Amino acid sequence: MLAAMGTVAAVGPMLLPDPLAQPCVLTCKNLAPSLAHLFGTDDLSRDILSRVASGGRISLAVAILSVALSVTLGASMGLVAGYWGGAVDAALMRLVDAALAIPRLFLLLLVLAVWEQVPIAVMILLIGATGWFGTGRLVRGEALRLREESYVRAAEALGASRRRIIFRHLLPNTAGPLLVAATLGVGDVILLEAGLSFLGLGVPLPTASWGGMIFDAKSVLVAAPWAGIFPGLAIITTVLSANLFGDALRDAVDPRGA
Amino acid sequence: MTAWLLRRIAQAVVTFAIAVVLMFVLMRLAPGDPLSRVQEERVMSPEEIAKVRAIFNLDQPIHEQFVAFVKGVLQADLGVSIEHGLPVTTLLASRIVPTLLLGGAAILLNFTVGLWLGVRQAVRRGSREDRVLTALSLTGYATPSFWLGLVLAWLVGIELGWLPVAGMQSPLLSPDAPWIVRALDVGAHLVLPALTLSIVTIAGTMRYQRSALLEVLRLPYIGTARAKGIPERAVVWRHAWRNALFPVITLFGLWLPLLVTGSVFVEMVFAWPGLGSLAANAASSRDYPLVMGAALLAAGLVVTASLLTDLAYALLDPRVRYS
Repeated sequence: MLAAMGTVAAVGPMLLPDPLAQPCVLTCKNLAPSLAHLFGTDDLSRDILSRVASGGRISLAVAILSVALSVTLGASMGLVAGYWGGAVDAALMRLVDAALAIPRLFLLLLVLAVWEQVPIAVMILLIGATGWFGTGRLVRGEALRLREESYVRAAEALGASRRRIIFRHLLPNTAGPLLVAATLGVGDVILLEAGLSFLGLGVPLPTASWGGMIFDAKSVLVAAPWAGIFPGLAIITTVLSANLFGDALRDAVDPRGA
Repeated sequence: MTAWLLRRIAQAVVTFAIAVVLMFVLMRLAPGDPLSRVQEERVMSPEEIAKVRAIFNLDQPIHEQFVAFVKGVLQADLGVSIEHGLPVTTLLASRIVPTLLLGGAAILLNFTVGLWLGVRQAVRRGSREDRVLTALSLTGYATPSFWLGLVLAWLVGIELGWLPVAGMQSPLLSPDAPWIVRALDVGAHLVLPALTLSIVTIAGTMRYQRSALLEVLRLPYIGTARAKGIPERAVVWRHAWRNALFPVITLFGLWLPLLVTGSVFVEMVFAWPGLGSLAANAASSRDYPLVMGAALLAAGLVVTASLLTDLAYALLDPRVRYS
């Protein structure tokens, strides 16, 4: 199912008409779904289907890139904290605890309140930078566990440098849970980014984004419900596929779970 | 026990303190002038701008700003909201009750329906009902709360006209109306937002409860109970369920940040006058003292919730106290 979704998102925008093109300027407003426009049109006469497809590209890009950032940050911090131990570990974990106490959305609201127009690249950085704390803790736990393993001790005894141990021995063994966390994270980020766009704080408006489309749809809700329904359905299916994929991964990596 | 409690409280305080510093740094790091919006409303002379900057302490070096900020937090003075012109603390206080109402209702729904369904799933593991419930709850989890809110608002509020969809109280209701009428009015306004919030979060509760109960049902003492002839119902509810509650308590601690976050969107959709909509509106209008205040409050709530969760653990499981 995820494969289907992924294919649509990747291939879609290339096949469908340019979402910003307006073949019938101002005369096709708020048309109900029909054969010409499968998902109907929105308030500015844009075809909703193509907007959903290109919005998908943006949402997926933001999600995947920021999760990549989060996972990288989390893994490095976690490994360093877990393996080095001592003061470094204590300090990092205090930081993580404090950061986890602030709901991620509020962290983002804080920054976005001061920062006026946020380009997409910065958005990716921000979302990525606020997402590594949980993964960091997870990886640290793994690192703590793994450093007692015999092969790690053997490598230490042989005089391997710390960096080598982390990369050759610890990292590959934490890859499983990391991957699971990453996949599940993608779903969360899609929801987060959509939410921010819905509040008007995310992707700037003319660009299609699922959350932004729902924001636009708010004002025409009664007259044209389809403008909001389809982006929402798109979000649901994508996040659901990501979560199901993550679950399947988790079952493959860790057979214990029910 | 007291020693553990004191240590735990100290830990909470430290965590909150670090969070405060973090939030200050974050806000100051972001490029952009906190007062840029103010100048959009009306053109101000350089003297006026300087005066406003002085009020908000922006003309002082950053470390002095930080000291002023910390002093403010300790004295519960969080500054004045740029948009509303009222002290931040006043604004926050006015929103606490609605926030607790919404959060409380959502938690109530979550932890009654969610737990019950989770138990049902565990008992009927692998059955059609189990799979359908899992599918439904996973779909609910993947649903954006604001979208669901809009859909429900449209369906129930507008098309069917059964329930109100905006605000917390009916503006047409006379302030002299008896309290029961007003309570019912608030209640009616509460239904849709609480329902939206619960649907989106109930998946987690169900899942946790299901796997927790499954783990417990495997234990030997359950087999003993069954062998003794105790009816299955009692086995599940009286013997197994108690021990399956632990992970659920953790869940409560984890879920609170999620509820605080989720409520932002739901409150925006339903114009519910809580902390979430306050923060969201403040962010859009670049009202940075208010956003900071809301974030501080949110962080405080989370730290307190996690403290209470650990306390619950310690009370229920004596082993924790001696660790």
